[in-house]
Order: sequence, then C-alpha cells, then structure tokens
Amino acid sequence: MKSWIARNKLLSFAIGFVALQVLLAVFAPVVSPHDPFVQTMVQRMKGPNLTYWLGTDQLGRDVFARILYGYRTSLMTCVLAVGLALVVGGTLGMLAAYYRGWFDRIVMRFMDVLFAFPILLLAIGVIAVLGPNVWSAAIAIAIVYTPIFARLLRGPALVITESEYVTGARAIGASAGRIIFMHLLPNLASVILVQASLLLSAAILVEASLSFLGLGAQPPTPSLGLMLSEGRNFLLLSPWPAVFAGFAILFLSFGFNLLGDALRDALDPRLRATT
Amino acid sequence: MRVQFLLSRLVDLVVVLFGVSVIVFLMIRMIPGDAVAIMLGANTEVTPDRIAELERRLGLDLPIWQQYLNWTGGVLQGNFGTSIWTGRPVLDEITAQIWPTIELTILSIIVGAGLAIPIGCFMAEARGKGAEVAVRIGAIAGLTIPSFWLGIVAIFAVAKLFPQFTTLGYVPFFQDPLGNLQRMILPVIALSLPMLANLSRLVRSAMLDALSQDYIRTAKAKGAGRRRIVYRHALRNALIPFITSVGVSAGYLLGGAIVIEQVFAIPGLGRLVLGAINERNYPLVQATILVITSVFVIVNFIVDILYAVIDPRVARS
Repeated sequence: MKSWIARNKLLSFAIGFVALQVLLAVFAPVVSPHDPFVQTMVQRMKGPNLTYWLGTDQLGRDVFARILYGYRTSLMTCVLAVGLALVVGGTLGMLAAYYRGWFDRIVMRFMDVLFAFPILLLAIGVIAVLGPNVWSAAIAIAIVYTPIFARLLRGPALVITESEYVTGARAIGASAGRIIFMHLLPNLASVILVQASLLLSAAILVEASLSFLGLGAQPPTPSLGLMLSEGRNFLLLSPWPAVFAGFAILFLSFGFNLLGDALRDALDPRLRATT
Repeated sequence: MRVQFLLSRLVDLVVVLFGVSVIVFLMIRMIPGDAVAIMLGANTEVTPDRIAELERRLGLDLPIWQQYLNWTGGVLQGNFGTSIWTGRPVLDEITAQIWPTIELTILSIIVGAGLAIPIGCFMAEARGKGAEVAVRIGAIAGLTIPSFWLGIVAIFAVAKLFPQFTTLGYVPFFQDPLGNLQRMILPVIALSLPMLANLSRLVRSAMLDALSQDYIRTAKAKGAGRRRIVYRHALRNALIPFITSVGVSAGYLLGGAIVIEQVFAIPGLGRLVLGAINERNYPLVQATILVITSVFVIVNFIVDILYAVIDPRVARS
C-alpha cells in the first residue's frame, strides 16, 4: 500500500511537470517577456541577465522567448505526429485483429516492412520526398510510428475479440464499427495512453534531431533543434542558446517518459502487486 | 523442426527485403519536381526533347513494374545507379564513406551492451535502495537526453579544459590508430548512452524476472553463493531477451550515427545522405537508405537465428 502511494506521488509529479511545460507553450504569447523574432543587434550573444533571463542568441533574440515558442513548434509537431500514427496505426491494428485472415496478413506484413527501416533513416527518406519543413517532419514521424501502434493494439485486440462479451455482441448483431469503438477501444485505453506518452517522449527527440539536421522547422521559426544547430556555430563565443535549448529538449522528453512510466505502473494492476 | 523454423525466417527475410526495396523505389518516384529535369539541369539546358531523350535512356518511359524489375535487377548485380553530380557509381561513393559509420556503430554497441550488463545486474540486486533509485532515474535521463546535445556540450567542455585534445573529424584507424580512437571517444559516448540506458533497464527487468524463478530458489537452497546465483544462474537466462534488443538497437544506432557524424564532423554515411538530400542527388539517397536498411534487416535476421540456437524453445513454438 505504501509503495502504491509512492508511485502515485511520482505520477502526480510527472503530470505536473508535463502540464507546466505544455501550459508554457500554450500561453507563450502571454508568458514570454520578449518577441521571439525581434533582433536587438547591440544585445547579441549576452549571457543570462535581468532583461534577458536566459541570454540572447547570435542575432540578439531573447533565448527564453525562443525556447517558449520552440516548445510550441515541438509539441505541435509531435502531438500531430503521434496522434496521426495512433489513428492510422491503431485503426489498422484493430481492424487486422477483428477481420483476421488475409486482411490481417497483408496489413501486418506492410507494417513489418515499415518497421524494418531504422527510424531516423525512414524519416529522412520521407522528408527527402516531401521537402524539409515542419509538416514533413510531422508526417515523417507519423509514418515511422504507425507500425508501432498497429502492432501494439493488434495483440490485445485479438484477445478481446475472442472474449465472451464480444462474441455476445456479435451474436446480437452488433456491427464491426460498434464492436471496435464500443468494446475494443475502451479496453485498450490504458495501453494507448501509456504508449502515446512514451512515444511522444521519443518523438520530441526525433523532431529535435530532424530540425538539428536542417530537415525540420526552417529559420526563422523558433525550434529547439534549430537553436542547437545554430548555437553550435557560436559555442565558444556564447554557449547559452545551445545549452538552454538542450535542457529544454531534455525536460520535455524526460517529462513525457516519466509520465508514461508512472502511468504504466499506476494503470497496470499486475505491477502493483509485484514491484 | 529446426529446418522448418529456418525456412520460415528466410521467407520473412525475403518478403521484408522485397517490401523495403518497393518502398525505396517508389519513394524516389514520388519526388515532386521531375527528377529527370533536375538530373538534366545539372549539366545542360533543359528542353522537352532532351527530357524525353534522357527518360528513354534511363528507361523511365517503360511501365512502372518493368522499371522496378530493371532497377532491382541492377541492384542485385551491384549496380545501384550513378551519382547525378559526379557520374560515379553510387556504390563506390557509399563504400568510400561507410567505414567511419561502421566503426562508430560497432564501438557504440560494444560500449553500450558491455556496460549495460553490470549496471542492469546492479539495479536488479539493489532494487529499491537509494543508489539504485538514483541509477534508475539516471537511466530515464540517459534515454531522453538528446545525444547530439550531449556531443555538443562535450566538445565545448573539452575545448575549454583540454584545448590540445582533438575531438572533431576522422582519421582511418590503420593510418593513425591512436588519433582514430581519440576522435572516437566522444562520439561513441554520445551515441551509446541512450542504448546503454535502454539496455540496462532491460537487463534489470529480465534479471528481476529470472531471480524470482524456482531454479534460483533451488540454487539458494543448495547453498550456492550470491555471485554464483546472479552471474551463473540468473544472468544466463536474462541474457536471452537482451540479445534480441541489441539487434534492434543496431538500427537505432545506425540512425543516431547520422546525427552524431554531423556533430563531430565525421565523414560517414550520415554526411553522405544529408549532402545528397541537399544536392537532390536522388540515386545516392535511394542507395544509401537501401544499403543501411538491408544491413539492419539482415543483422536482425541473424540475431533471430542466434536466439533460436541459444533458446531452443523459440524454434519449437
């Protein structure tokens, strides 16, 4: 019992930590002390001070403001990407489990093929086709994560379609759509929630990598990955933009990972007994 | 039974490689802005006649399935096409730059997998103690730390503290072994850290699982020492899922290497593919993605087979 409360403490900390960062991103225009695009040439590459809390970059823009807006870019891209992957991949996985047979085989084979590519490499390939920008990055990440959701949901969905209440629902003539949305989906909610949180954590790193390589958000869009690649060129003159942008990526990714971990412990009754 | 298992895995391998080749082939067909005009624009003025002529020469006027067959036929004979800008076979450009990437990946696997075993065993044994909780939080941090950021910070720190220490660039191992290893230290640390974090968490849970089995109780009852129980009885069984994960991590490392090469100015496949995208050198992009993915798929096939050799239960099910 004691450890169960301890875990919920961890869960509430994770929720708070993620919520704080999401709120900062959503209310960036209100919270931000400066405009992220305004360049003040006389204030270039300053360290943290009272006017510019986290200093300024090589063009004299406020690093704190650019990090807040960078959070927005990062979260919008990744939430869109993971959401898309969940809808497409999850639906395919559940349909495959429901219909079985040749449909299942073809869909899951296709997922195996997508899964065979190294993640970043497939994303780079997709961006080579679509051209480098925020939307391509979101679509690339969505494509990379689609097979993960399909595989994740197919397994448990197979078990549930075998259960007596689904057989019962079929017997009284429930449609495929009704069974999938009313019976499969609610039972898979906890699996989805945990995995979405963990994948968001990973997606933030992938998005940052892509922007760092110049394949995601393009200047002057405020983006954490771009801040790192730009800051790298001025590292010895002023390490602040690169250092703070890195911490921002770390905190965002860490928050979602912790949240996913804590959710899994809290939602899985079997783990409660063992750990 | 064994033969049947091997055959079914071989069929899987062929199907996946076929699918990968179709996707890589179609990827380049979907590029907006006619690739032919781009290829032509590299050397001469673009006119409709010249486009038609070049399309005929490249076989782009054929039906798409025939184009695919021609292309795969070439690939199977080692002909991956020619680089648009240099006119050299792309395979030559790839083999010229593949070694730094391979060295970086192999060293990172050795470091990441090698350290994960003792760290994971420690976490399993000391479960719940203060030091273990700290290592566990460290493992999540290691998983979520942007490795390229870690690389940048490391370059900065070394430049400030040891200005005479070279951290950037690459020299071939056989030309200057010490210089090669010196330049590899930071990239390998940056690249292997997330893998180390991931694998040590995996070893931890596999060890916890193994330590709760009946045979451990039997070993304890026989009076076997702690060291013998952990390393001889539990670890052997815990290593089985570990081996599969090392194979999967190879793909992560090949992707991560692209970013790390960029950070440390290492002229490997990552630089090659990024440069090719910027120059719209599509045959080169296509071939690099195909080669890296095929290597990854084949490595995982071998791991699967090894897995079945180590744990005969896998082949039977």
